[in-house]
Amino acid sequence: MIIKGHIWKFGDNIDTDIIIPARYLAHTDPGVLGQHCMEPLVPDFSKKVKKGDIIVAGFNFGCGSSREHAPIAISALGIPIVIARSFARIFYRNAFNKGLALMEADIYNMAKEGDEIEIDVFSGIIKTKDTTVKAKPIPPFMVELIEAGGLMNYLKKKLEERHENL
Amino acid sequence: MGMTITEKILAAHSGRDFVEPGEIIDADVDIVLANDITAPLSLEEFEKVGAEKVFDQDKVVFVLDHFTPNKDIISAENCKKIREFSKKHGIKHFYEGGRCGIEHALLPEQGIVVPGDVVIGADSHTCTYGALGAFATGMGSTDITYAMVTGKIWFKVPESIKFLCYGEWNRWVTGKDLILHIIGMIGVDGALYSAMEFDGEAISNLSMDSRMTIANMAIEAGAKNGIFRPDEKTMAYVEKRAKRPPRVFESDRDAQYKQVIEIDVSKLGLKVACPSLPSNVKDVEDLKDIEIDQVVIGSCTNGRLEDLKMAADILKGKKIAPWVRCIVIPATPDIYRDALKLGYIEIFADAGCIISPPTCGPCLGGHMGVLAKGERAVATTNRNFIGRMGHPESEVYLSGPAVAAASAIAGKIMHPEGF
Repeated sequence: MIIKGHIWKFGDNIDTDIIIPARYLAHTDPGVLGQHCMEPLVPDFSKKVKKGDIIVAGFNFGCGSSREHAPIAISALGIPIVIARSFARIFYRNAFNKGLALMEADIYNMAKEGDEIEIDVFSGIIKTKDTTVKAKPIPPFMVELIEAGGLMNYLKKKLEERHENL
Repeated sequence: MGMTITEKILAAHSGRDFVEPGEIIDADVDIVLANDITAPLSLEEFEKVGAEKVFDQDKVVFVLDHFTPNKDIISAENCKKIREFSKKHGIKHFYEGGRCGIEHALLPEQGIVVPGDVVIGADSHTCTYGALGAFATGMGSTDITYAMVTGKIWFKVPESIKFLCYGEWNRWVTGKDLILHIIGMIGVDGALYSAMEFDGEAISNLSMDSRMTIANMAIEAGAKNGIFRPDEKTMAYVEKRAKRPPRVFESDRDAQYKQVIEIDVSKLGLKVACPSLPSNVKDVEDLKDIEIDQVVIGSCTNGRLEDLKMAADILKGKKIAPWVRCIVIPATPDIYRDALKLGYIEIFADAGCIISPPTCGPCLGGHMGVLAKGERAVATTNRNFIGRMGHPESEVYLSGPAVAAASAIAGKIMHPEGF
């Protein structure tokens, strides 16, 4: 699976209150959540970002609350993947569960805002304008989840099997 | 090879004799929790997946504590949805209105969580229950739905970091100061994916309330869970409350740790985390002339009786500074009632505090105390991220209840000595 897009850069410790401020959490509509994504740092992010753009960040992306509204807001803007030096653990699970791919890779310094980037999700090969690096591929267990189409589809399949066995 | 308390609980819940860090296991869960902002997403998934019932009506818990009393129509609709689901599915532990408290104060208090449990909650501060010697961690709504239906969830067994604490506690210094000190030392990702285990004589001398404050903020160091060995204090706390029999686990002497960090608490003073990360920790004495607009004493971190007592001791006979709002939030109805009987509520009222019903409200900038542009608050809460309590250009300083109360009187960040 190859993903190609333009880079938006964010720093370290991008917390869930930045990704989607709590005052919008009563909403569950992805469209509404997307409109306020990253608002405290880039007030009109949702208008500036283009479908297919990719976020590159520093350490501990997604730290803070367990709100699943955070990966939902990012996905709602058409961002297919976030590449960061590291991720906070609840955000990591949530993103895969909701079908937002994450890759842990140290490309922060070589990534330039606006440049094109190409990622092979399964091999971990990342190409920017001038460089190619091999990052850790997504762990096999998480690939299983993606292939099942996220956690809920995986569960749906299991429930169907259970019905068939009854 | 020995196991840590975290590893033992996870092994016992996955039908194994032994687990080690890095292994992925499928574990049985004892309690699955969601609140009024995370349950709606869970219930949407529950319907989409075509599930017909929850795995156990007694083990799924809903606490409507965040945007309640309902702050607007959409919040009210969310609560209604959860209420109807709970009626339909016979959910035993559904809390709202006058029975509702802040979830992480309420569940231990009501004996819904007991030592040895595996608890997952769609709220990052679910890690609070580690104070009882349970394995408890926050997850998103989708994981919660999976567990609501199956009673199981997958975990990667975390490595453990041990914090061995010794020495005598100084006056006013509490669990809040210790955990802020630790987060300042290791950073907001210093315990990423790991278990933080707290032990040593200084921990034995701490109250359950203070232990809950410490476990509560393990997530602010990126940890999967915080955990304490159950001792006599734990069992005395649990005995009169437990709805199920507790199971006591403790770490083996030869358990493996990623790191052991020793801390002499006698060197510890009062700490404040400055904007905009919980790791930006300073001694209160180093913060001079920082004027404030609001004080919040409450939350799942510091809204328990011990916290209110400390604030009341300082506020007794004093007045909140002019131009400052001081909001006091007892975390549960029982805590509110106890604070009333003990005279704390009267002290707060006489001092000019706002006394709020139990709610998470201002902690996450939801309602009941949102900050305007340029305003500054001292809060006994857990996060001081950009815009956490309101406008992106407002600021939050995190402290324990003593500094918060003293600051409310002084109108600026202040050590409680002399009040």
